Amino acid sequence: MSETAPQPKTAASNPPVQPIASNLLPSDVVRISATKDVPQPERQLTKVAKLIDVSKCIGCKACQSACIEWNDTKPEVEENVGVYENPHDLTPNMFTLMRFTEWVNPETDNLEWLIRKDGCMHCEDPGCLKACPAPGAIVQYSNGIVDFIHENCIGCGYCVTGCPFDIPRISKVDHKSYKCTLCSDRVAVGQGPACAKACPTQAIVFGTKEDMIAHANDRVADLKSRGYDNAGIYDPPGVGGTHVFYVLHHADKPSIYDGLPDEPRISPVVEGWKGVTKTAGLAVMGVAAVGAAIHGIFARANKVDAHEEQEAEKLVQSGDGDGGSV
Amino acid sequence: MARPLYSEPGDRIESIHPVTVSRYRGFIRANHWITAITLILLLISGLAFFHPSLYFLTGLFGGGQNARWLHPVIGVVLFVSFMVMFIQLWRLNLPTPDDRKWLSQIGDVVKGNEENLPELGKYNAGQKFIFWGMTILIVVLIVSGVMIWEQFFGELVTIPTRRWAVLTHSLAAVAIILVFILHVYAAFWTRGTLRAMTRGTVTGGWAYRHHRKWLRELAGRRQKGPAE
Ligand code: HEM
Ligand code: SF4
Ligand code: SF4
Ligand code: SF4
Repeated sequence: MSETAPQPKTAASNPPVQPIASNLLPSDVVRISATKDVPQPERQLTKVAKLIDVSKCIGCKACQSACIEWNDTKPEVEENVGVYENPHDLTPNMFTLMRFTEWVNPETDNLEWLIRKDGCMHCEDPGCLKACPAPGAIVQYSNGIVDFIHENCIGCGYCVTGCPFDIPRISKVDHKSYKCTLCSDRVAVGQGPACAKACPTQAIVFGTKEDMIAHANDRVADLKSRGYDNAGIYDPPGVGGTHVFYVLHHADKPSIYDGLPDEPRISPVVEGWKGVTKTAGLAVMGVAAVGAAIHGIFARANKVDAHEEQEAEKLVQSGDGDGGSV
Repeated sequence: MARPLYSEPGDRIESIHPVTVSRYRGFIRANHWITAITLILLLISGLAFFHPSLYFLTGLFGGGQNARWLHPVIGVVLFVSFMVMFIQLWRLNLPTPDDRKWLSQIGDVVKGNEENLPELGKYNAGQKFIFWGMTILIVVLIVSGVMIWEQFFGELVTIPTRRWAVLTHSLAAVAIILVFILHVYAAFWTRGTLRAMTRGTVTGGWAYRHHRKWLRELAGRRQKGPAE
């Protein structure tokens, strides 16, 4: 372990051959699920991003294969039901999925085949992390990667509830939550994500967020020059921007890409549940419990006296029954 | 024989000198303890997910994963046990005109001036409130709980519905914990009540003070009732 890995600026380079130390450390964490007051990291890593240029994707699924290969997952072999998605959905073993949509452009009457690589967006403001009740099960690094730490995960599925993009999947085998890691284990040693590296058309590219935005702007300009007037970047501000983002040829209508949310944000219901419900709920329960305990100890109890015991005897003996005389 | 108005057919005066009255038989007491214990276990495990500062409570269940799968299973046990209790108790928990009077004099209730209050059957309006409050909240908790039960019902409802369900579940949990505190507090404050759930009997004086119509009915039944 002579050298620390550089922070990767591209997915294209080949790995160094000498042993190399990880450069994505526990101390680089900026947010931890169910944990307040995370210590401020000493250094700020360069923000990274993976850019998915939908207009360049040919739907070959090399990225899916690379992801399976790198993460050593074993997605189940499913039935062919006559659609291109394979598997049919994201699963605990399939962190990324090409989603295919046949869309008729109302302006040109052309059939367009929209292909979107789905997977974790690595939100700057991650709903999964906000919802998670288990300390340390989800972390966010200062370079923007949101990662699930499986040994702390309890399998409750709250991350599913919190995520605006319907990404995490809970394994039925080990009851832990899985999603794209942005290849944090590759980034840690100076490598770009496996999917980006495998992509034959460079529809997936990886680098610093800054570089990726610049590249995306070039791509948008190119698309516009070729008639895609609504081409644009999908880097949704509702979740603070994302570290996986898209170039879309129809950026005015994200939802035509198999339901990509138009304006994703952490649901107000989730905010209310994790926010005021918790603070107010805890306060009310605490006051009630302590109040009842103190009152129970100090207040005058409601006691039965000897006179009442005698009255009861009289009543029973006289058989003053059935609510008769009062 | 017509149903008694203020008591269960099985309630009876056990002895006269001093008076002791049987309020709950063995089965219902055992079942009540199942309800109580499961509610406490649910409250502890649920609160562990509710707030990070209470997450350590999962340790009592052998860790987060165990607490996560146990909680809903215990919830089903609670639901079944409570429903059995519901079938046994609902009739005498229906509201009566006396309840309104009792509630309008809640000040006397709190001060313990029971001589000013109307005579009551087996339950007062406070006890009825707890009964119906628990009933409604347990139904809300099981319905919303199933919707967020990832292990077996992960696909049952859409994610937006699931968000409402988890919010509802946590609000209902807070509410049932408040009702539970009130229930335990009232049972403790009203001295002589707890033995109704331990031994199953109360003293005559207790019945005379708090539930005199109930006592009267039992006394009348004892006089003319079927020979024992
Ligand atoms: C009646 C049946 C019930 C069912 C089926 C049920 C089910 C669930 C489920 C599935 C969860 C998510 C965590 C997990 O997967 O274990 C949960 C959370 C929770 N439950 Fe229940 N539960 C029930 C009753 C109760 C009761 C009676 C209480 C309160 C005393 C309660 C309090 C809670 C709390 C506080 C949470 C955490 C909510 C949050 O994170 O905001 N539950 N419940
Ligand atoms: S896309 Fe979902 S799972 Fe990924 S970081 Fe955002 S909220 Fe979390
Ligand atoms: S399933 Fe795991 S990662 Fe998801 S919210 Fe629960 S503990 Fe956190
Ligand atoms: S970044 Fe890594 S984990 Fe995520 S989809 Fe690509 S290959 Fe899979």
